[in-house]
Amino acid sequence: MSVYLDHAATTPLRPEVLEAMQPYLTEHFGNPSSIHGTGRRARLGLDEAREMVARALGAKPREIVFTAGGTEADNLAIKGAAWAASARSRELVASSVEHKAITNSVAIMERFGFRPTWLPVDRYGRVDPADVESAIGEHTSLVSVMYANNEVGTIQPTAEIGAICRRHGALFHVDAVQAAGALALDVDALGADLLSLSAHKVYGPKGVGALFVRQGTAVLAQSSGGSQERQRRAGTENVAGIVGFAVALELAQQERVAEGERLAALRDRLITEMTALPAVALTGHPLERLPNNASFVIEGVEGGDLVAALDLEGIAASTGSACTTGSAEPSHVLLAMGIEPEAAHGSLRLTLGRGNTEEDVRLTVEATRRVLERMRGARERRPEVASV
Amino acid sequence: MSRIVAAMSGGVDSSVAAALLARDAASSGDEVIGVWMRLHPDGGEGYEQSRSCCSPDAADDARRVAQIAGIPFFILNLEREFGTRVIDAFADGYLDGATPNPCQACNQYIKFDELLRRGLAAYGADRVATGHYARVEKAGDRYLLRTAADADKDQTYFLWVLDQDQLAHTVFRLGELIKPEVRRIAADLGLPTAQKPESQEICFVPAGDYRALLAERRGYGGEPGPIVDADGKRVGTHSGYAHYTVGQRHGLGVALGEAVYVREVQPKSNTVVVGRREEVAASQFTVDGRRFVAGEPPAERFTAQVRIRHRAPAVAAEVTLVGDERFVVETAAPVWAPAPGQAAVLYHDDICLGGGRIARSQ
Repeated sequence: MSVYLDHAATTPLRPEVLEAMQPYLTEHFGNPSSIHGTGRRARLGLDEAREMVARALGAKPREIVFTAGGTEADNLAIKGAAWAASARSRELVASSVEHKAITNSVAIMERFGFRPTWLPVDRYGRVDPADVESAIGEHTSLVSVMYANNEVGTIQPTAEIGAICRRHGALFHVDAVQAAGALALDVDALGADLLSLSAHKVYGPKGVGALFVRQGTAVLAQSSGGSQERQRRAGTENVAGIVGFAVALELAQQERVAEGERLAALRDRLITEMTALPAVALTGHPLERLPNNASFVIEGVEGGDLVAALDLEGIAASTGSACTTGSAEPSHVLLAMGIEPEAAHGSLRLTLGRGNTEEDVRLTVEATRRVLERMRGARERRPEVASV
Repeated sequence: MSRIVAAMSGGVDSSVAAALLARDAASSGDEVIGVWMRLHPDGGEGYEQSRSCCSPDAADDARRVAQIAGIPFFILNLEREFGTRVIDAFADGYLDGATPNPCQACNQYIKFDELLRRGLAAYGADRVATGHYARVEKAGDRYLLRTAADADKDQTYFLWVLDQDQLAHTVFRLGELIKPEVRRIAADLGLPTAQKPESQEICFVPAGDYRALLAERRGYGGEPGPIVDADGKRVGTHSGYAHYTVGQRHGLGVALGEAVYVREVQPKSNTVVVGRREEVAASQFTVDGRRFVAGEPPAERFTAQVRIRHRAPAVAAEVTLVGDERFVVETAAPVWAPAPGQAAVLYHDDICLGGGRIARSQ
């Protein structure tokens, strides 16, 4: 028995995606920048993929910059836009629950003299648009607020924030890595000037992503070299990966509403049954949350221990973010939501996906119940070791 | 069927122990889980590569060994516990004028307490295995802690604190092997750790310099004070009492025509007392915080062999219990520099009886 409930970390490649990629790993191996027919054939795949991704966002193909993943897209958005606007303004605004790809990019810019303002969140992890309004100053170049949180699944009032940014003339970056496949991605409705995506969160390949850059928005390339991606991202394109990404995103957005309803029903059942277990509390917004995210804090257990224990029971789960595993620091997201550090250590994230069924929910709740009983029992048996 | 948590440091010994247990499991039906303990934080961005057992390199090595052995691998975060129970205790030992014993503290509080307990709880395991050179033997309803077959590598000096309950849940897979065999097995299995050098230093004290650690953890910068001889005559100046340990010879800057050694460290008066070689030896000393592996002492007064530092020879001694916590050791011949804070470990031949912490002379 094996249940995969870590779709926020990554998803399996869809067969349709693999099929679309295959020719570009074999016969259509050309460099899209080459003049000859082999190159042109690869270029065809790349151009079509760019159109498909643009369509999914309501954007123009020229506004899509392919990257090697969501993190690179976030880095290009923050650093690229901040540097490009640095002659006029050096103030950045970001929420305190952003992914590390954002928070660490902003922190690097701080070293170069840029001034960050971190937006607080409420206990559900939501940014108050009024705080955005007051944080934006005359010299604010960029505001970055994620569409939906990767750890607790809370959805931000993104369009409202976008409108505020527009009114104040600040660029608005949206990290939509977790939202893709679950929420509508219309960049105009969101008011986004920059928007990050990752392929492997939507059943595409790893190592591919994209940054939407609204026409007229300047970003300084973070890798220099050839003129690929309209000089915003040098280097020969990962054609097969990009083709796979485009197909995956298109399928995900087509199936978004129906699959979202199915997942939300499973999620609600998971939340109801998990929170019925002793000392298990929901984290994130009760309603405004991703349809596949069920996250919790569990009193008196170490999240990492619980995830290891569930793994041995055949359940793949996460403490919150795959990127911080092994660190003693509790999640900055949970801390920003006002959860005490001690409680934040006991975090558990279960994220559903295409393959999951009601049976998976049942097995997971049962395994968690078993494991928590064992862990609590063992803690009560704690031997008193005399001090030497 | 039982489930064993193999503690993997990323060194050759624990690598081989885990790999052998995984191999044994094929016939025994046991299940082995590899665990690397994160004991202190990464150096951060651009950190210097460290050779110690706690560096990210060590985690990589441990993971690779677990992959080769075909066992699940988890990282267990014990930074907080290690920080207070081992690193802070180490600093406080020096501030107390003693010579701390961090490897023993790590065994006592981390490997055979936190890991054991959390292993039982989280992984549903029955036992913890380490790469220590020591043996556990069941005799009747008692567990005996015996020295390793490789006398040169024996680590019972750091394991005497284990009690019956801990020994019942402990596996020392290397106890019957000698080090060259362990290296050969590592090479035969293609483990990346086969050629790793022995770790000699304390894992959280880079290059053996603990002064920086005292400053960082406890704000101790060291205040100069007198170095005196046995008669109280000032013979030099030291940089701060906590920078010195009993038996130390180097770094004293004292010239008395012959070699002198630290005989005593007096925190209250910030004084370091030195003496000639024969003045630093003793044939009687008191031991505090006694514990016996069997749960109780063999007798009120008994003969045993005593070891007062790792790899020092065990010497014949008469042991007399005093009160509930202490015993007095009288050795047949003087032993070199019994250092307060270090363990005095008692043996009957290859059986480790227990021990205690050498107390400050009154």
